[in-house]
Amino acid sequence: MKYIALIYSDPATEPGYGTPEFGPFMAAYQKATDTYVKDGVRRGGDALQPSSTATTVKVRGGKIQTMDGPFAETKEQLGGYYILECATLDDAIRYAAMIPSAANGSVEVRPIQDLG
Amino acid sequence: MRTHFGRLLSALLRDIRDFQLAEDCLHDAVESAIKHWSRNGLPHSPPAWLLQTARRKAIDRLRRDQTFARKAVDYGTLIELDQNAPEDDHDIEDDRLRLIFTCCHPALEEKTRVALTLRTLCGLTTSEIARAFLDSEEAMAQRLVRAKQKITKSGIAYEVPGPAAWPERLESVLAVIYLVFNEGYAATRGENRSRIDLCEEAIRLARLMLVLRPGEAESEGLLALLLLIHARAAGRSTADGQFISLEDQDRSLWDRTMIAEGTTLLTRALARKRPGIYQTQAAINALHDEAAHHDATDWHEIVLLYNHLHGMTGNLVYLLNGAVALSWHSGVRDGLGALSLIAAGLEAYQPFHAAKADMLRRDGQVDAARRSYETAIGLSQNAGERLFLERRRESLL
Repeated sequence: MKYIALIYSDPATEPGYGTPEFGPFMAAYQKATDTYVKDGVRRGGDALQPSSTATTVKVRGGKIQTMDGPFAETKEQLGGYYILECATLDDAIRYAAMIPSAANGSVEVRPIQDLG
Repeated sequence: MRTHFGRLLSALLRDIRDFQLAEDCLHDAVESAIKHWSRNGLPHSPPAWLLQTARRKAIDRLRRDQTFARKAVDYGTLIELDQNAPEDDHDIEDDRLRLIFTCCHPALEEKTRVALTLRTLCGLTTSEIARAFLDSEEAMAQRLVRAKQKITKSGIAYEVPGPAAWPERLESVLAVIYLVFNEGYAATRGENRSRIDLCEEAIRLARLMLVLRPGEAESEGLLALLLLIHARAAGRSTADGQFISLEDQDRSLWDRTMIAEGTTLLTRALARKRPGIYQTQAAINALHDEAAHHDATDWHEIVLLYNHLHGMTGNLVYLLNGAVALSWHSGVRDGLGALSLIAAGLEAYQPFHAAKADMLRRDGQVDAARRSYETAIGLSQNAGERLFLERRRESLL
């Protein structure tokens, strides 16, 4: 079963570029990714640019409306995702827990519909 | 039928991976049974008949399902099972351990775990479960449907956890059983008398856990705890359902047989040297139950045990209970002192204010007691409980 792990975190609480915590933080991300690859569960994943770069699109009455910013102005914002293929939810949870942002933020694990 | 339901469902889920589908097919089989058996009499093995019929219903549904191709694996297994000779009664493997662990999976909300367990393992109707939670039947039905969808769609495995996950997952199951018991226990506070049956259901579930996986100290501890609390049921409320607090209970009404069973279980559990929260809570209740009267209770030991529970869990409520025990051990002033240390964390907790009010009342501080009772009454969400607190407040001079 494929799962998407959506990574939500508060930029204010995460190690920023240039701080001493940043190096180990990134290394932990790399370690997680390496584990997913080694275990053969990684199907995809990306880091997103900050939510301030987002544009939200709606179509109402046939007209395209755009809003500057993310879908919802919440403290924790979507920062990235992984797509993992696992046998059970427990496996997906175990892998999701390796994501460093899970320590201060939240990772939403959602099954992907199998329309094939 | 109710007890068989869980057992049959657990067997069915081995091969029908869709939780809702399995339940629907079992229900269809039961409906079929009512028609067929009244016409043709009971079959040689009713459970085996039901299981085979349910599997055939599943085969029918899968055949008609437009997404048939994806279900090919399930379909094949079911056809194979159908072609083999039907199982005898005792051949139907008891997979209720898998079922209960699935229903109590941490990915499900706690209330959902309780509801699903009551539905699938205790065979309670949606209406009965709704009443237990004071929910509408519609809301409870939706909750159950969503839960079963989530189990299937999110890939919650139908399995008993392995050794690594076992302690945490067992704790999750025991916690659900304890919640069921507490729902039933609340009934003695006069809210809804029919909920008393939930205490019996919880005890039944705790016994089942021991049958399915014997030798678990905390499972024994939980059953012991439930028995030692339930033994006091007759003394805990008046004929019209009003709550009687421990110090005022007629101990001759307590069930001594149940106490003996609980104590024996607890001794056996402790001998395994795998301590835990349920064994410790059982020990506290054993101390209450063995005391001939309130003053004869080993309060000192109870205080120590509550401190120990706090040490294990960090839960302030244990310190609250310890403070109450302390007040009976060495006097109200000591109790009030202990309460002041935890006041900050328990401001919104009704039992804290109720306990404080009682201590102030015992100390003769009438005005302060009245204020604390008011606070407690304001925080209470249970009519029977409020009534009890109001009576206590009224008894003040």
